[in-house]
Amino acid sequence: MRVSKKEALELFNIDLLELGKMAQSVRFQKHPTKLVTFIADTNINYTNICTVKCSFCAFYRNKNSKDAYVLTIDQLKQKAIAAKEAGLSTVLIQGGLNPEIDYSYYIKMVEELSNIGIHVHAFSPPEIDLMCKISNKSPKEVFEDLKKAGLSTMPGGGAEVLSERVRKKISPNKINTDRWLEISRQAHKLGIKTTATMMFGHIETKEDIIDHLDNIRRLQDETHGFRAAIAWDFKPENTALKKFITNKATGIDYLKILAISRIYLDNIENIQASWASQGKQIGQIALFFGANDLGSLLFEENVMAQAGFRLTATIEELGNLIKQAGFIPALRTTNYEIVRYL
Amino acid sequence: MKSVLSEKVEKEPLSYKEALDLFQNADLLDLGLMAKKIKFSKSANKVYFTINKHINYTNICSSKCLMCAYYRNEEDKDAYTMNFEQVEKELKAIEDLHEVHIVGALNPKLDFSYYIKLLETVKKAAPNANIKAFTAAEIDFFSKISSLSYKEVLEKLKAAGLQTMPGGGAEVFSERVRKKLYPKKIGFEEWSQIHALAHSMGIKSNATLLFGHIETQEEIIDHLFKLRSLQAQTNGFLCFVPLLFHPENTIFEKHIQKQSAVFQLKVLAISRIILDNFDHIKAYWVMMSDSISQVGLHFGADDIDGTIEKENIFHAAGATSPSGMARQRIVEMVKNAGFVPVERDALYNELKVYK
Repeated sequence: MRVSKKEALELFNIDLLELGKMAQSVRFQKHPTKLVTFIADTNINYTNICTVKCSFCAFYRNKNSKDAYVLTIDQLKQKAIAAKEAGLSTVLIQGGLNPEIDYSYYIKMVEELSNIGIHVHAFSPPEIDLMCKISNKSPKEVFEDLKKAGLSTMPGGGAEVLSERVRKKISPNKINTDRWLEISRQAHKLGIKTTATMMFGHIETKEDIIDHLDNIRRLQDETHGFRAAIAWDFKPENTALKKFITNKATGIDYLKILAISRIYLDNIENIQASWASQGKQIGQIALFFGANDLGSLLFEENVMAQAGFRLTATIEELGNLIKQAGFIPALRTTNYEIVRYL
Repeated sequence: MKSVLSEKVEKEPLSYKEALDLFQNADLLDLGLMAKKIKFSKSANKVYFTINKHINYTNICSSKCLMCAYYRNEEDKDAYTMNFEQVEKELKAIEDLHEVHIVGALNPKLDFSYYIKLLETVKKAAPNANIKAFTAAEIDFFSKISSLSYKEVLEKLKAAGLQTMPGGGAEVFSERVRKKLYPKKIGFEEWSQIHALAHSMGIKSNATLLFGHIETQEEIIDHLFKLRSLQAQTNGFLCFVPLLFHPENTIFEKHIQKQSAVFQLKVLAISRIILDNFDHIKAYWVMMSDSISQVGLHFGADDIDGTIEKENIFHAAGATSPSGMARQRIVEMVKNAGFVPVERDALYNELKVYK
């Protein structure tokens, strides 16, 4: 029943609508109702100072840059309180790899923000790796500390495409595929659920995409710790990678990759559609290509915005997009529990 | 649901009731697959585009349709009427122009002679391009200001260079909607009369539908059936173009939500299914956005319109001209969607196949 890597490659060549139907059949096996969820959250980026300087990134700054910043714990708290007051349930926290930040900052951040009464969905495997280095701890120990501070879920950033050929070119200073998978594994072992992300539409090949999906699927067989998979396309403005792009993605490419992800990742419960990267129209069509979730509200977003791309939406708007497509909208938590129907 | 009607779709025309049933109840992808099958039987894996230029000669309009954001009153600051020098200059700057699309407004200050001169100017400036000019609403207006019959108007325009006609002014063929939104505009009776007359004179034309405002789904289906029976009589329609109403900058801005991408795709697909006697259905990228028009090619469309050349007098010598870029962009869009781009003229003669 399971699709092999070779078969998955062939999926790129079948009729778009037939592919969508295959993905929908997997989607409806897993989620028999027409429920489509999303989360009311915001992104907080605690620093933009980063030493890995990936060529696809427009967000990072050198520490001497005029607009380099590190938010204080108090500033982070203010943002989290504002988010809570705006009715958001979750803060997604991510930052650059800034070796000058103390280990205690991360622990304190999780602790203090959790105390506010908002869900803290924080960090990515590369950030955990940095925390290991500065604290001389293992990923397991770091996760134990973070868990004690209140962390129960982690977004799955920094995966880009889990293929060494691609990573060596676009993010040579970032952790490699094995390390990304190992850190995710350690999170899962401690009961910290994560998301598997993919950023495509740059220099990757179809084989690289399938390698990525296969890496995710194999780890998921072992840990069952990925709650969802999400793909978005690279936004080239203000990045060094822009001029080397061979595969700038279109909506059609996105729908194919979404459907193939749904079909290939048969052991992952949820597939998110990314309206924020693809626009609301393709985001809506994505609900017919395997997605059972519309991702995040993204009240604040800084990373794509620095790459010249920023879309905004309200809860009502996303709810309407889902309704117009004939599905039933609901807000959810990071744990995919329903908060309320819309 | 799927099996019964989808099998019938391939064999014989649907009834009004069956078509409405499909439109309202079929799964989006199933509807797309039915439409795509018909598209393939007509144009295989080809998708047509052209190198075209729009001339919107005036925005001063006495019709003042409620859904229109384009028209101006004569005294408005941004009201305009193009002069012939302007038209000539804009057209001469474009290489390889295959089609000039001329649509304006019902401007009471212009004499009928303006339109004749406009066509003559275009013909001189772009001798190799097909002149696709004036909606039925404009033809009706010309007839009124010149006291000529529709036939006489069309004869004079044809003599001056008009070769084909766009399909605008159709909106929705519903008296209910017409009375509410565009009471001063012609209805189906005049629209169909003018198109049938044009067809009888060898002037091929397009047909449109403006959807996403106050029309009902029944009215959309009825509109399509009216076009199908008109085409059965005249066989003069080249292409059907569904047009999405954009409420921004109209009085409906706060009251009508722009129709969803899903609905747009459904309209495309049901058009392809009902209009079995039309050769071509257009996914007009300007109206639909690049990404949805690309997806629309999988829902029965086989035309993506054209490059719609902008002012390109300033293109740098030696560099790729803007028109070259516009062409390349459309070719890439079509290829990326999985189809073979075919550059066409206004009558769908194939000029170049981009394998």
